[in-house]
Amino acid sequence: MKTTPLLEIASADGEEPVFKPGDTVIISTRFPVGHYRVPRYVRGKKCLIEAVIEPRALNNEEEGFGRNAGQKRHYYRVAIPLTELWPGYVGAAADGLRIEVYETWLEVAQ
Amino acid sequence: MTHTHDHTPITVPDGAPGYYEVMETAMQELLAEKGLIQPAEVRRQLEVLDSRSPLLGAKVVARAWSDPEFRERLLANGRAACEELGISFYDDTGLIVLENTEQVHNLIVCTLCSCYPRPVLGLPPDWYKQKPYRARAVKEPRSVLGEFGTIISPDVEVRVSDSTSQLRYLVLPLRPAGTEDWSEDELASLVTRDAMIGVCTIEAQERKVQ
Repeated sequence: MKTTPLLEIASADGEEPVFKPGDTVIISTRFPVGHYRVPRYVRGKKCLIEAVIEPRALNNEEEGFGRNAGQKRHYYRVAIPLTELWPGYVGAAADGLRIEVYETWLEVAQ
Repeated sequence: MTHTHDHTPITVPDGAPGYYEVMETAMQELLAEKGLIQPAEVRRQLEVLDSRSPLLGAKVVARAWSDPEFRERLLANGRAACEELGISFYDDTGLIVLENTEQVHNLIVCTLCSCYPRPVLGLPPDWYKQKPYRARAVKEPRSVLGEFGTIISPDVEVRVSDSTSQLRYLVLPLRPAGTEDWSEDELASLVTRDAMIGVCTIEAQERKVQ
């Protein structure tokens, strides 16, 4: 039997994923100093959320600088068509990229 | 020593360690001296790494081909299904298993460095860590596949997964035709490392006489 969650529970920031599968988002165009695990070739690109990756994970980029408040957020597996990544892409129109991106790097597409 | 064949002379390094080798040894000695790690722990970790090879991945694939319920669990949660077989994820990475179908061919890469499903495949091949493969796999995957002798029909989608952080990928290749009554061990003998990276497919082969 499935238990129904209690309605009065409020979730903290980062506990629930901000995006859901099917959402269109944009990967941020930012160039902070340091080692960021978002390859430059995908920054600024529009993509589709394919899956929310569970469980949540530490922000390893902050962790790498020794800044960690113990807060966790979600990674997302996102899809980008190769024709959108590379102008003049030679291949099939359906060819695509999948990559995992941390929530702080995703913005709502306008 | 007499030779019956021609080849360029084999050169052996003169024994002087390189810069990074010296740094590595110095760092290890320093950490041990400070009591932060024990030499036995380093040896143990090497043992862990050495125990992983594509033979493990091949067993996972053969099991998935033979057992539909295992296949389902593997596709739902790659790590948990591998753990059923005793494959531990000592680096605490997750695993997504990507199933090749008649419509989709998967390829894995790490453009930033050399993320690789080490718990199931062991150490990556050198070409996987080098820049030409890393840069080109996401930009012109069909040319890269062609150089491995793999021609993917234009009707089939090429799907490239770039590992960047805490997840690793493993390709579940298509099972070759004519292997319906093969045993799990026989199937495992067909599965290659490159097929689990996605740079090639597995062709039907003649069955070895048992």
